[in-house]
Amino acid sequence: MKTNLTPVDAASIRSRPIYAPLEPGSGSLHLVVADGEGADAVIEMLEKANDRSLMLATAHVIYAPGPNGTDLAAALQALGAAQFFRAPSIPALLPRLQRVLSDARMGTQFYLAGSEGLIGQAETAIMASGFPFAAIQKEHRGSTVRRVQCVHCKGITENVATDPYKCSHCGLNLFVRDHYSRRLAVFQGVNIDAEDPGQVPESVVRFK
Amino acid sequence: MSGGAKLNVRVAEVVPVNDLITRFRFVARDGEDLPAFSGGAHTVVEMDDNGTRRLNPYSLMSSPVDRSGYEISVRRDDVGRGGSLFLHRHVKPGMEMVISYPVNLFALDNRAKKHLMIAGGIGITPFLAQISQLSAFGGRFELHYSARSKPLGAYMDRLTSAHPGQVHCYFDDQGQQIDLGRLLSMQPIGTHLYVCGPKGMINWVFTTAEAMGWPKLALHHEEFTAPGTGKAFTVELAASGKTITVGTTQSLLEAMEAAGVDAPYLCRGGACGQCETTVYKCNNTILHRDHWLTPEEHAEGHKIMPCVSRFEGKTLVINR
Repeated sequence: MKTNLTPVDAASIRSRPIYAPLEPGSGSLHLVVADGEGADAVIEMLEKANDRSLMLATAHVIYAPGPNGTDLAAALQALGAAQFFRAPSIPALLPRLQRVLSDARMGTQFYLAGSEGLIGQAETAIMASGFPFAAIQKEHRGSTVRRVQCVHCKGITENVATDPYKCSHCGLNLFVRDHYSRRLAVFQGVNIDAEDPGQVPESVVRFK
Repeated sequence: MSGGAKLNVRVAEVVPVNDLITRFRFVARDGEDLPAFSGGAHTVVEMDDNGTRRLNPYSLMSSPVDRSGYEISVRRDDVGRGGSLFLHRHVKPGMEMVISYPVNLFALDNRAKKHLMIAGGIGITPFLAQISQLSAFGGRFELHYSARSKPLGAYMDRLTSAHPGQVHCYFDDQGQQIDLGRLLSMQPIGTHLYVCGPKGMINWVFTTAEAMGWPKLALHHEEFTAPGTGKAFTVELAASGKTITVGTTQSLLEAMEAAGVDAPYLCRGGACGQCETTVYKCNNTILHRDHWLTPEEHAEGHKIMPCVSRFEGKTLVINR
């Protein structure tokens, strides 16, 4: 059984985040958090900078390979930022970000680039400080896999590629919505066969 | 009736604070609690000044926790249009007055990790209420307050004794100035900045902060523009079919009200946007004085804020 599901690209509902290309800002510190192909967005942004070397001299770059395995750490490190840190994964990257935020000052510019899971989780960490989320620059690059929360058991499944998918926590069949929670950095997954248990549309790969 | 719901109050106290500033306390005539408000809110005080209706906005400075009364502090402006002079000279304890429900255009962003407040002169008043509110739930703040001189630094003693270490005072007559660059460079991420004071101070703080990379969304200010005076002018009110003349010391909004036109308003100081009015025809120049419309909208001339803005020229037709 084929069912038309929400298109991936259209901003179907208001909570669906929309991203814009990174632009060089001015400030005392440039905090760059990226994963996977997000490295390219960072490199392109730096090319637009009026004073590239000043920006790099005040930049802290934190990077992890993407969910698809893309690892451009070498290219990013070669830029020569004041500080560069490569984490093996997003969960390993976040404590570093928390530590940097704990003594960051106003005047810091934030640049997030790469998968939506990385962008969302870094944004949540920055927002928790009280910094206005709309002042955080975000550019989506590379993988479109989603971080999804089962609205029933509240368990979060990373790197969801198919729709529907089986919740990795409670096992319900979940339809992946565009409905996004900025607080949790997740899309919402809703039980698709609640009325007719077992009537589950064929799973398709919607996110790569 | 425009301007939102009204509160019938009685003047409970009139207390001179210093040579220029007097504090007024209002209580409800029926003895009930007044509506709750949050720090940063203002009320519009209605005055009948010998037949001239004056409505001036003043920040509420009393504690939002105390609903038994509202307090405002008014700085006497000897060359203003007369609202503050009326309050200073004619308002006595026991008098019955009408004020608007509180409206907050300068609220704290409680997601902030820290609230950095910069006050100039009488601009201290909204911060007094905000600091009471923050003290009630332990919010972190720091106040930098400059006044012309020690005697004109209203409530400085009260603030410094209640919050030693969090309140920093500066006096113009001693050549003291906030070291703004240093101050703004030291604030933890998630700090929100609030400024209330003269226009020049707000511009100085905002320009400096933005140049240092502070996002606009973390910058808050309160500024009520007095309508100001100017040449008399004539306006055609398309919706009500009237043509009125705005006097030299009258605002366009006041002239419409005097002609019996119920025009919308809230703050009467060019800040809230409530009185925004479409301009149908404008032959010559609108003197925009609000800080609601964008510079682009000012240049286009398709809109006017009648509470503070004026007109010079032949024909002005507005949708009111």
